[in-house]
Parts: sequence; structure tokens; C-alpha cells
Amino acid sequence: MNSQNDRGAWSPYVAGALSGLLAVASVWVAGKYLGASTTFVRGAGMLERFVSPEAVATLSYYLKEKPIFDWQYLFVLGILVGAFLAARLGGGFKVQAVPDMWRERFGPARGPRAVTAFLGGVVAMYGARLAGGCPSGHGLSGMAQLSVSGFIAAAGFFIGGIVMARLVYGGATHGNAARRLN
Amino acid sequence: MELIYGLVTGIIFGFLTQKARVLRYDKQLGALRLQDLTIVKFMLSNILVAMAGIYLLHDLGLVKLSVKAAALGPNILGGLLFGLGWGLLGYCPGTSLGAVGEGRFDALWGIAGMLVGAAAFAHTYDALKATVYTWGVLDKLTLPDLFGVSHWVVIALLTATYLLVLRFIERRGL
Repeated sequence: MNSQNDRGAWSPYVAGALSGLLAVASVWVAGKYLGASTTFVRGAGMLERFVSPEAVATLSYYLKEKPIFDWQYLFVLGILVGAFLAARLGGGFKVQAVPDMWRERFGPARGPRAVTAFLGGVVAMYGARLAGGCPSGHGLSGMAQLSVSGFIAAAGFFIGGIVMARLVYGGATHGNAARRLN
Repeated sequence: MELIYGLVTGIIFGFLTQKARVLRYDKQLGALRLQDLTIVKFMLSNILVAMAGIYLLHDLGLVKLSVKAAALGPNILGGLLFGLGWGLLGYCPGTSLGAVGEGRFDALWGIAGMLVGAAAFAHTYDALKATVYTWGVLDKLTLPDLFGVSHWVVIALLTATYLLVLRFIERRGL
């Protein structure tokens, strides 16, 4: 679809299957399942320690998910490094503060995109922690293990996401109609 | 050693997700607007391989499962809330870091928001524990447990289902 950006792209089937092998290898070698959202609790605890160390030392959730570097924390940081390397070496790196699709609909102003991304982040992470995981922990690792919680949460992710995408961009049919007119 | 495994796994995962183009806002919203299902192709391909691989190694006694406890209240409410936020942000927790690596700096606002959301959750967890977390507790349940069949029956049925879904997606040109 976005052919102008796709130099060096791999088939999502190939990359997805390789990432599945990576997930199996990780469980076998390190005993770790892919996941990401717990790291944000640890990161929040690290930052909140500067403001209110007593809260971090006493709140039960910070005692459960301590503000320390663990396997998953390094996994999440590694994603940044790996994506940077792939984008620099193979194409696709582009410094951008407003995504193309957003710009097409709402214009190039950075403020609205920043506020929306921030608020979306707050809501998404609160939901991910309540659900007990995000699209990697529940979606990939949960569904691969045939876990009922993974299927329920993943259904919720996509239903909530489709609803919000409609609220932000209007109905999909409307988008198609607009494209036909152009 | 655990930290090095984490870093190496993350670097490879970041590399593959960038190559598949699934880190981008346009791809994530493309999926949620049902216009470009690249991320669904990526996720189902991952799950098809991981599902068979993990259960094979599990049957051989080489790995342990790590199933998250199911509870309808938190799974459904949290899942929907995540989805609503995801539709605004257009990145998920893992891919937001990858998006920054690709130069998409709007993801930094999302990361800041997610850190605030995680802190907000930590401050409200005890109240949630007494309420939402008690609704519809099912414990560490898997589909084979639920239906009382061998996990290979479930894997075979899901494999067929996922392949049909992927074929449908390809036929519709999504």
C-alpha cells in the first residue's frame, strides 16, 4: 500500500513467522515469554522515586512490579535498538512528528497529535495493566499458549481500537467513499 | 545473563517488526480502520509458529507454560480500555519504542503518557483489587482445559481457522 516507504520491507508472514521462532527460542533458552507493558510500571516507579520515594516504597503494585531492570525491561529497550538498526541499514527511517495518515486527516500541526498520543498512552497503559498485558503479552504470548485470558483481552484490544479509530477517522466506508471521489 | 538475553531478544524483535513495517502508526490505524491488515498477518504468523513450537517443547518437558490468570472483569474492561487508548495513540507498548527507533518521534508522547498511565494504575490498584478483579475470576485457564480436549486438537483447529482468516484477508486485498 504505502509503496514510497517500503524499500527493504519484508513480507509480514516471513517476519511474523521468524518472530514466532524467536518467541519459542526465548522460552526455551531463557524461559521468558515476550511482553512489554510491565516494563512501563517499572519505568514509572523509577521516575516516581524522584518525586515521592515513599509512594514507590509502599504501594503494593510497585512492590509487586519493582522498579528494577529485568529481562523484559531490556527486551523493550532492545526493540528500539533493533528497529533503529533495521531502519538505518535497510530503509524506512524517517524523522517524523506527525504520521502520514494523521497529517492527511488533521493537518501537519504537532500539538494536536502530541496531546492525542499522550492521552491515548495514559488510557492504553491503564487498560493494559488492568487487563494484565498488552498485544505482546496477551496477544502473542497468551494466544500462543491457548490462554483464555489472552483471547478475551485481544478481542477487547481490537474492539476498543476499531471503535476509537471510527471515532477519530469516521467510518471505514466513509473513508473509502472519500477516496473514490478523489 | 538474563538481561543480555532480554536485550538480544529485543533487538531481533525490533529488527523483525521494523522489517514487517508493523511499528508504524499508519499500519496500526490501518488495521483498526480495517484497511490494511499487515499487523494481523504478522501477529497470526507469529502465533501459528509459537503455538506449535511452545506446545511441542512443553510435551517434551523442555519448557514451562506461563499462563496469565483469566478474570472477565479486568480482562474485558482492561482490554477495551487498552483498545480505546490504542486507537488514539496508534502504537502499542512494545512497538512505541520501535517507532522511536524508526524516527517516529510522536511515539515519545505516547511513551510519556504510558508511564503516567502505569503510575495511575499503581496508585489505584488496591481499590481495583477489591472490585473489578473479583468479577468473573476463571484462574489460569487454557482453551484445552475449558473444552476438556487435547491441546493438539485445539492447535489444529486454530491453525485451520487462522489460515482461513489469512486467506480471506489476502482475497480481500487487505
